[in-house]
Amino acid sequence: MTTFLQASLNGLVSGGFYALLAIGLAVIYGMLRVANFAHGAVYMLGAFGAVILYDMFGTPFWAALVVVPVVIAAGGVVVERTLIRRLVPLDPVYNFLLTFGLALIIQDLVRLNYGVVGQPYAKPAALEGRINFGPLEYPTYQFVVLIASIALTCGVWLALNKTKVGMVVRAATERPSLTEAFGVNVNVWMIPVFAFGVALAALAGVMAAPMRSVNSAMGADIVIILFAVIIIGGMGSVLGAVLAAYLVGFLQELAQMYVPAAAGATTFILMAVVLAVRPSGLLGRQEAAR
Amino acid sequence: MITVRLVQSARRNQTAGWALLGAGALLALMLPWLVYPPIAVDILAWALFAMSIDILFGYAGMLSFGHAAFWGVSAYATGLAAIELGVPFPLAILVGAVSAALVAVPIGLVAVRTHGIYFTMVTLAFAQLIYYIANRWSSLTGGENGLQGIPRDFVGLEWSDPFVYYHAALLIVAIGFWVAWRSVNSPTGQVLVALRANPARVRALGFSVERYRVFAFVLSAFLAGIAGGVYAIGHRMVTLQDLYWTTSGEGIAMAVLGGTATLFGSIVGAALLVLLEDFLATSGIEATGSVTGAVFVLILLFFRGGIWGAVSAALARLRGTSQDDVLERPPPTGPAVPPSNAAEEATTQGSDVK
Repeated sequence: MTTFLQASLNGLVSGGFYALLAIGLAVIYGMLRVANFAHGAVYMLGAFGAVILYDMFGTPFWAALVVVPVVIAAGGVVVERTLIRRLVPLDPVYNFLLTFGLALIIQDLVRLNYGVVGQPYAKPAALEGRINFGPLEYPTYQFVVLIASIALTCGVWLALNKTKVGMVVRAATERPSLTEAFGVNVNVWMIPVFAFGVALAALAGVMAAPMRSVNSAMGADIVIILFAVIIIGGMGSVLGAVLAAYLVGFLQELAQMYVPAAAGATTFILMAVVLAVRPSGLLGRQEAAR
Repeated sequence: MITVRLVQSARRNQTAGWALLGAGALLALMLPWLVYPPIAVDILAWALFAMSIDILFGYAGMLSFGHAAFWGVSAYATGLAAIELGVPFPLAILVGAVSAALVAVPIGLVAVRTHGIYFTMVTLAFAQLIYYIANRWSSLTGGENGLQGIPRDFVGLEWSDPFVYYHAALLIVAIGFWVAWRSVNSPTGQVLVALRANPARVRALGFSVERYRVFAFVLSAFLAGIAGGVYAIGHRMVTLQDLYWTTSGEGIAMAVLGGTATLFGSIVGAALLVLLEDFLATSGIEATGSVTGAVFVLILLFFRGGIWGAVSAALARLRGTSQDDVLERPPPTGPAVPPSNAAEEATTQGSDVK
């Protein structure tokens, strides 16, 4: 029972990271039709941003949480305006390949500068130690990350569904040309949406820095899992992506605990089953998959 | 009058085509004297791999990001057949290619249920699944160590001389090229191109869209498998890297660099990238990823027709005809593209790129 609880909490932590990343991926794809392969690289850059800021200026974790996403999002907007924007009118595979190229470059440059060994990054002092939950003890930092990612995810969901801005974004995501007809400049809206998605990924990276190994390859495999998450959740559905993210994280950690050999494969097996039974994903609209 | 000119131009094109093919064949035979022979073998293997991706992407409009699975599965199957069963290498490569095709059947059946960019993501995810399985199944695959010391026996001879092996590999790969060319220039190939352009109409004409897509996928996997087998025998080892997604990316980079929907552009793209990476490696620059990445960015932004496309467009402009301008072909548009403002912008954006 204790191991199951432990695995469940681990699953929620992993799922929280996947959810933060998947939301960004989903809104960027929804608005720009860009399946951003560089999303994992942005996550990695977020973690490195925290490490670099600490090494150079001794910046504390709490400041890095704000500074890193803002800086990386600004960089993301520059890339979006200068490179990605030019391919948006074409078939989405072109931007998929472009962002793949960008991901290769980013990862390679980081590897050339920092090697492949993990960079150390200390947990903030206030979150050291473990919390006692009766039958099991859990690291405080991981628990706070769990709560923070759930809170962030709920916040984003509320913002998308209950605010005027969220309404515009959802409309532009589902029917861009119709939204333009209502006088909304979708092209201009792409900038904050892209920045927001990138910032979320960078934020996830900063949050991961104290608990995961910070190395140039840390985002390389995550992006493939994220694509599987998006497919499982249903194309074009943010809620589906979030649910799928937690489901995937949960199954992965459960497998890690009971059948470690299958841990890496669970996500993709789940994806295969979902595709076979329901090609449009758990919450996807039927036509979106076609 | 016009017909006469068209016939003349077609005849001239045909002669030019044969001349080009002859020159290419001669160059292929001479290659191991021009570059380091193992590199020449690499060029062959990667060229067929890139071509297998181009058949799917350039003609049927299906961009597979999972071809590392077929390259890698075949490499492992080839290696295991040669090591464990002592099968002569041409047969081992066949075993590998058939294994790749068999793996492609279930993946294809599920993946063709999605279109466009989703097809790309799904194939990528399946390849990653195969990668994890190979990583865990170390009793078969050797795990992190991979397979080492793959023999290169055939009719009792030891084909260790790289010159000799190159020419054997050339024959095998040339068969692969021919199969690729034959299938693209066949009624089936026509259906595939039609599928890219208008799947609804193809379905209305009575073709089973899914069956053709699965067929193209499996055929492409078989060719990727031949390439992977040739590579495995050439290097005498297989590693997990062969199944990793970067291998798929490399193949796509070659196909796109050479020019999609041109088939033979893949050979040019593969040769250039292999030589470039070899040059970087020998001069001590370890920035392979940056180079592949930069190739993607530059080609996608400035020469979406690739080298082959750019050259044939330039030739056509020189002759004053543009009857077969590759750049003018519609981009492989998946029917999946959801309605967006893309369509009307495509024309305006397209013209300022040129």
